[in-house]
Amino acid sequence: MSSFIDTIVDFLVRLLGIPQGAAGFMLILVAVVLGVVVFLFTAVNALVAVYMERKVSAFMQDRLGPMEVGFWGFRGGKRFWGGIAQTLADTFKLLLKEDIIPDKSDRKLFILGPFILYGAVFCAFIGIPLGYGMAISDFNIGIFYVIAISSVGVIGIILSGWGSNNKWSLYGAVRSAAQIISYELPVGMSLLLVVMVVGSLQFHDIVAWQEQHRWFLFHSPFTIVAFVIFFLSGVAEANRTPFDIPEAESELVAGYMTEYSGFRWAIFFLSEYANMAVISLMTAIVFLGGWLSPVGGLLRLFGVPEGWYYLDGSLWGVFWISAKAILFIFIMMWFRWTWPRLRVDQLMYTAWKVFLPIALLNIFFVGIWELIFA
Amino acid sequence: MGNVVFIGVAVLVVVSAFFVVTARNLVYSAVALMGTLFGVAGLYVFLYADFMAAVQIVIYVGGILVLIIFGVMLTNKIATPVLIQTSMPNRALAAVVVFLIFLGLTTLLFRTPWHEGATVAPEGTVATIGQALLTKYLIHFEVAGVLLLLALLGAAYLSRRENG
Repeated sequence: MSSFIDTIVDFLVRLLGIPQGAAGFMLILVAVVLGVVVFLFTAVNALVAVYMERKVSAFMQDRLGPMEVGFWGFRGGKRFWGGIAQTLADTFKLLLKEDIIPDKSDRKLFILGPFILYGAVFCAFIGIPLGYGMAISDFNIGIFYVIAISSVGVIGIILSGWGSNNKWSLYGAVRSAAQIISYELPVGMSLLLVVMVVGSLQFHDIVAWQEQHRWFLFHSPFTIVAFVIFFLSGVAEANRTPFDIPEAESELVAGYMTEYSGFRWAIFFLSEYANMAVISLMTAIVFLGGWLSPVGGLLRLFGVPEGWYYLDGSLWGVFWISAKAILFIFIMMWFRWTWPRLRVDQLMYTAWKVFLPIALLNIFFVGIWELIFA
Repeated sequence: MGNVVFIGVAVLVVVSAFFVVTARNLVYSAVALMGTLFGVAGLYVFLYADFMAAVQIVIYVGGILVLIIFGVMLTNKIATPVLIQTSMPNRALAAVVVFLIFLGLTTLLFRTPWHEGATVAPEGTVATIGQALLTKYLIHFEVAGVLLLLALLGAAYLSRRENG
């Protein structure tokens, strides 16, 4: 299974007749271009997701949300299309805003912090496939790579919190560090169960297993428990409500991003929504069969032979994985606008006394289950 | 091409390690240490040890480095005092010790009969590591596990309120 980047380099090398020696530089060029693509992906993702969040929250609270900056002529009128350009306008506002760096802050760390946070999420995207053979780099250790590299982001949060030289920022950073380190364990443990069953850390192998057998969500009672633990811990790692105590507005102003404004603040936002996308994509790949078509799976159950109506294939694969990921992003927004925030001690209690023991027991029981049924 | 990347990674390791020891602010040292640890992970990748590289990142960068920064942050006003050793006799002594260690390491480096490692990527490092851990190195693995559990219990015991 060669990765996306190799395929492109091979294709270009053959197309342009580049000598073997220059292929390395071609690789660097393609890597840079793909990096820009990932950046644009996260930027568009944030644009759409912010608008979605505002509309979802508005409809959940029986409001209308943004409805002035946009097109009014389409069907549905002002109510649905009225605010479509709102986040675009917000982006311009953020980019043009004055960039304030507090006088007494630690200037270097203040500037470095957001970039480390964004860099971690950006690197995580490189290992995640968006369809069969559509990962930028298909690692042997894919799932572990994504967990490892996203654990780096917390350093960015700590540095920006400490560098701001503001007590609210520092409290936010301390809480965030404790929270992310705690919730990494249930995430790893619940993924370990899937890795145990498949016997591989590669995303493609995990999806191939689900294609041959069934989606992990429906595999056994233990995988359902693992799915719930993984998704909730993922929400906690992305600092989303009900686990958003690092930026709790009512207690800490805005936590570690209190002192940030303009573009630097926008990077925090970009990272948050990119993080949500990473977790949703991971959930979709690991537990919901990634790019596999749900239509095909259902039809196969009823003994319908394979055909075009299975709606699978590479482009349909991208559609399905995006649909599943968007569903999970929507569920995260649903959480945010319906559940109140946890207290710090409740947060730690959930991680260490509920999720972790259940996840450990889960691993034990799934071993027995696989011995009996596999 | 591989050479260019390797030199880049090696320079990253050495330069950031230099900053770790010369920075006058503990937090800056910790940030520089992040560069070193990432560079070492890169070196593992060059040795076809992809699993080790990810373990390096998740344990050292995601765990230990966060813990170091965490500790520094909670220590009040540690950024202000100069952390570099200023007493002259100590500096001279340190120079001698450092020179001796440097001499020892370089002679070791040149005297060791290095043998060429694998030049082709091995198939599936993870499965090999797992099998070795649960067969050949089972006792070491279990002892390390018990040791870590003891450390965890000890830390929990020490941090209980009645023990101060």
